[in-house]
Amino acid sequence: MRKFLVYFFSFWALTVVVGLSVLGLRGSTSRKPPLEVFPDMDHQPKLRPQTVTKFAGFADGLSSRLPVAGTISRDSAWELNSFNTGKTEDGGWVDAMPVPVTHELVKRGRERYDIYCTPCHGAAGDGNGVTTQFGMAAVAKLHDERLIKMSDGEIFNTITLGKNLMGPYGEKLDPKDRWAVISYVRALQLSRLGKKEEIPDAVQANLK
Amino acid sequence: MSDIFPKWTNQLPLMAGVAGAVLGLTAVAGITYFVTPKYTRVGYQPKQPVAFSHAIHADQLGMDCRYCHDDVDKSWFSNIPSSSTCMNCHSQVKKDSDKLQLVRDSYASGKPIPWVQIHKVPDYVYFNHSVHVNRGISCVHCHGEIQKMEEVYHAESLSMSFCLECHREPEKFIRPNELVTKLDWKNEGFDGKKAVHDWKVQPGQSCSTCHR
Repeated sequence: MRKFLVYFFSFWALTVVVGLSVLGLRGSTSRKPPLEVFPDMDHQPKLRPQTVTKFAGFADGLSSRLPVAGTISRDSAWELNSFNTGKTEDGGWVDAMPVPVTHELVKRGRERYDIYCTPCHGAAGDGNGVTTQFGMAAVAKLHDERLIKMSDGEIFNTITLGKNLMGPYGEKLDPKDRWAVISYVRALQLSRLGKKEEIPDAVQANLK
Repeated sequence: MSDIFPKWTNQLPLMAGVAGAVLGLTAVAGITYFVTPKYTRVGYQPKQPVAFSHAIHADQLGMDCRYCHDDVDKSWFSNIPSSSTCMNCHSQVKKDSDKLQLVRDSYASGKPIPWVQIHKVPDYVYFNHSVHVNRGISCVHCHGEIQKMEEVYHAESLSMSFCLECHREPEKFIRPNELVTKLDWKNEGFDGKKAVHDWKVQPGQSCSTCHR
């Protein structure tokens, strides 16, 4: 019996050690795809976005299809009005934004500005975002007189399509969000244009 | 009879009992530890075609998750950014870097970069990103501390019990909605219970909540 126990437990210990060294511990990183213990219906013959398909009809292998040339999807901003284009009917820039400026809109604009504009234009619009430390050149200062005087429609167009070195942001910001961002940019500009006389007396007394 | 069965065979039942018990327990322990997504999925870190570092972009530069994953709050699917998103900056920043050759090629040709998907629920699970990030559930709960990862790995199990843990007690995980992408946020006095009540957060626990 004793002999058996020695052999058995030596064998057991060896198996455990070998097993652990082959399988590793939980959480250790691995290049190999996850082991699927019960893969039932995990992979169904349907397409998920941004994956590869072998379906012969899609020669490029993309599961996310690009729109057919000359078409746009139903839910995209298709109507050519000033809200979607920033232009008036005769092709000029819309002077003031075609949506009511509410606190909610400016708040939304601030959130979107912080996400998409801050990396280059900086949190306060000074054109000193973090990317400028890494070689981003010619970033516009949003407090420049040129941009203060620029019509809302032209700014809208710049966000949508980009300008010079700035890439287009129409994909990331839908028209409503673009107007929201513009409302926040206007708020940023106003913050530098205020005059001392405009500050309420009660606050002025506390100014140093 | 002793010629046929030597004396040690008297102890055979005991030996079998000991061996069976030890092996049985070992098997149970092994399966409990290994046959679970906590082992099979966690730690998956495939080699990506481009050595993109979330640590640099999200942490060091402080970029918001949604700059690149801009559909996450609008769609059930959180998109991998197109190479045009990369080029918004990398047309100027590190524009000659060898590491970015594939990005430039992709941008020029329109052929996607073959990123390797890491987080993937089974095809019968319908997870909706926008519903979660618009109700104060941060990226960090499912994806781990992505902002600290040079190379992304699968940090959480994403098993069904993992989902239910939060669906049963959302007040432990919910946070102010404007802070969902602030991955290093620590809860200091935010009242989760009140938020769950006020925002009418009712995470389902029936099968059809996630399975269709």
